[in-house]
Amino acid sequence: MSKTILSRRGLLRTGAIAGAGLAVPTIFTASSARAFTNAPSGGAVTLGFNVPQTGPYADEGADELRAYELAVEHLNGGGDGGMLGTFSSKALEGTGINGHKVEYVTGDTQTKSDAARASAKSMIEKDGAIMITGGSSSGVAVAVQGLCQEAGVIFMAGLTHSNDTTGKDKKANGFRHFFNAYMSGAALAPVLGDQYGTDRKAYHLTADYTWGWTQEESIKAATEALGWETVETVKTPLAQTDFSSYIAPVLNSGADVLILNHYGGNMVNSLTNAVQFGLREKQVNGKQFEIVVPLFSRLMARGAGENVKGILGSTNWHWSLQDEGSKAFVKSFGTKYGFPPSQAAHTCYVQTLLYADAVQRAGSFDPCAVAEALEGYEFDGLGNGPTLYRAEDHQCFKDVLVVRGKENPTSEFDLLEVVQVTPRGQVEYAPDHPMFAGGALGSCNSGA
Amino acid sequence: MDAIILQILNGLDKGSAYALIALGLTLIFGTLGVVNFAHGALFMIGAFCAVTFSRLLTLSHQVVDETRTDFLGNPLKVDVPYMHDLFGEGTGAAIIDWAVPLSILFSIPVMIAIGVIMERGLIKHFYKRPHADQILVTFGLAIVLQEVIKQVFGANPIPTPAPEVFRGSLDFGVLLGFDPNAIIYPYWRLVYFGFAAVIIGAVFAFLQFTTFGMVVRAGMADRETVGLLGINIDKRFTIMFGLAAAVAGLAGVMYAPINSPNYHMGMDFLVLSFVVVVVGGMGSLPGAVLAGFLLGILESFASMNEVKSILPGIDQIIIYLVAIIILLTRPRGLMGRKGVMED
Repeated sequence: MSKTILSRRGLLRTGAIAGAGLAVPTIFTASSARAFTNAPSGGAVTLGFNVPQTGPYADEGADELRAYELAVEHLNGGGDGGMLGTFSSKALEGTGINGHKVEYVTGDTQTKSDAARASAKSMIEKDGAIMITGGSSSGVAVAVQGLCQEAGVIFMAGLTHSNDTTGKDKKANGFRHFFNAYMSGAALAPVLGDQYGTDRKAYHLTADYTWGWTQEESIKAATEALGWETVETVKTPLAQTDFSSYIAPVLNSGADVLILNHYGGNMVNSLTNAVQFGLREKQVNGKQFEIVVPLFSRLMARGAGENVKGILGSTNWHWSLQDEGSKAFVKSFGTKYGFPPSQAAHTCYVQTLLYADAVQRAGSFDPCAVAEALEGYEFDGLGNGPTLYRAEDHQCFKDVLVVRGKENPTSEFDLLEVVQVTPRGQVEYAPDHPMFAGGALGSCNSGA
Repeated sequence: MDAIILQILNGLDKGSAYALIALGLTLIFGTLGVVNFAHGALFMIGAFCAVTFSRLLTLSHQVVDETRTDFLGNPLKVDVPYMHDLFGEGTGAAIIDWAVPLSILFSIPVMIAIGVIMERGLIKHFYKRPHADQILVTFGLAIVLQEVIKQVFGANPIPTPAPEVFRGSLDFGVLLGFDPNAIIYPYWRLVYFGFAAVIIGAVFAFLQFTTFGMVVRAGMADRETVGLLGINIDKRFTIMFGLAAAVAGLAGVMYAPINSPNYHMGMDFLVLSFVVVVVGGMGSLPGAVLAGFLLGILESFASMNEVKSILPGIDQIIIYLVAIIILLTRPRGLMGRKGVMED
């Protein structure tokens, strides 16, 4: 019979080694039994929906969450199937993903980068989420995309419009379905030329953060290429609520167009203030003064009320589209929730389906296999016409909508009308375009 | 010259909001000695009184319009306000159009009641506690109030337009002999400035020319002696808290058409209003008004392109910069009284 004698020194050493082992975050380690982070072991697979549930974009986040819940229902074979019936890929059959029932957890980004990273990290580490998706801000998207790259999970971005997300901050594990600021400028400029002429002087008010800068750069380049002159570009603080002191000098500047590179509350307030100052009733340089909002959101437009009437902008998708995919999604969403979906809801729903489809086609949840299945993938039937997930930067290329605030809305949801569906060829750009330069995808990380 | 006049005008309406909020803040501080960080929330609740009253006026029943369809292709259900049924389409529409000014009548009792409940229910328990405790509890209350508003009304701004007659803008420059479009100013902002002047005048007159006001002023100067005279100063101070809440609420009601109300608008104004109170002098009513307009105008000037090209980012720090300079040169603020917050 042997007797084990445990010395104090030995106990400390053993404890220290065990403690260090436990302290290493599981996010950065892969179990020897699993080839990649959070490989599903039971009959279910968990997706992580990271949306703003509090803060100024909470309503947009709530709409994203509705879309995710609908997507999960359809993937598991519930409801009317939505876009599964119109999607060009027929890999998904309403039996979950790769035979696993789809479950989900949610996190609150609060539209703050640090909070969004913390909630994504928690969903990956504690809840075993194999994919993170959602968000309503480019700052958040870039932050969470970076975290997912480190953690070895796929990130399917929600609403993020900055060029940087698939430009200088692109990552191999990150994918964006939503359009970007460059595409807004490229789609909008020809319509602006048709509607307002090529001899115009523009004054820009720009939200002073990453999205605002890329939006200004994009629309400025596009309108200057038309022949417009840029009179002034003014950065406004993100926390600004009253824009009167920024708008008051516009009429004296010689400009005859005001371009509001603002989103969310900034857009609602700056547009409201501009209309209050009577800008749209003025004649400058012998022309009618005009206001342009490059990125329109129906949810946000509602906050500006009647002030959006007649204002031109661009959007990723609109519920009034009459293609089969859009009609199927609007019917599913509208029947379940009683109102039409927003563009944020659409992109989130589509991203979930695209991820599930890629897993199904790859036959594996391995992030690198999924990324490979998404890269260069051509599809249709999801509401934006034929679409390409470009391999070089993981950006989707598809038609872009130019919209205008409706003069006679029939309901609180009927605020925008589609002026033009700009074909995909008109908004495409080279992967090494200067506005997207400075970053590299790097290698896919599966967490192995 | 026209740019300077324009920015002075801009500063006046911004300053009006600062002055009205700061007036209530300093009134509460001067009477009750409480640093009320929930005062911005009262401004926000005032704006939502306008939203609520507008919604009450537009309560509707639905009529099916077979000639049109909704987004699902079903016959469109059109909302018809009960106001149209009660008063006819023309008069009903006019009443709805004037919802914001009419909501002043609705908001005064609501705001006074909220103020009194807030004071009796929570804040009175913190009179003898350090200012740090008061700040923590009132700041917590502000967060609770804004989350309640968000749960009820959502996170997005809610458009609350001014009456049709006050939409659009006045070509102020033409009146002063400048070229057309040189100085444009929205009618509703002029109304707001006038309204703020009336409210500020009314508060001063109330304190100056009524017996109630005289007792309150005496209590602000020496609470103990007034109590020894057998006057129930606590009851009067509670009423003053209600009045201060009403002033903040009215400022919010009339601000609703300027920027669509949202749940965090109170926080946007709170910090600036505190700076206004400190710059004006803690407990000084004229100081709060003077500092409100002064900082409002300076903020407008700092956002001029000409100024920002010399001092980039000055528009974001001007108020705090001026506050530092004033507090270094006049530690009690512009019109602060000796002994306030100095024990």
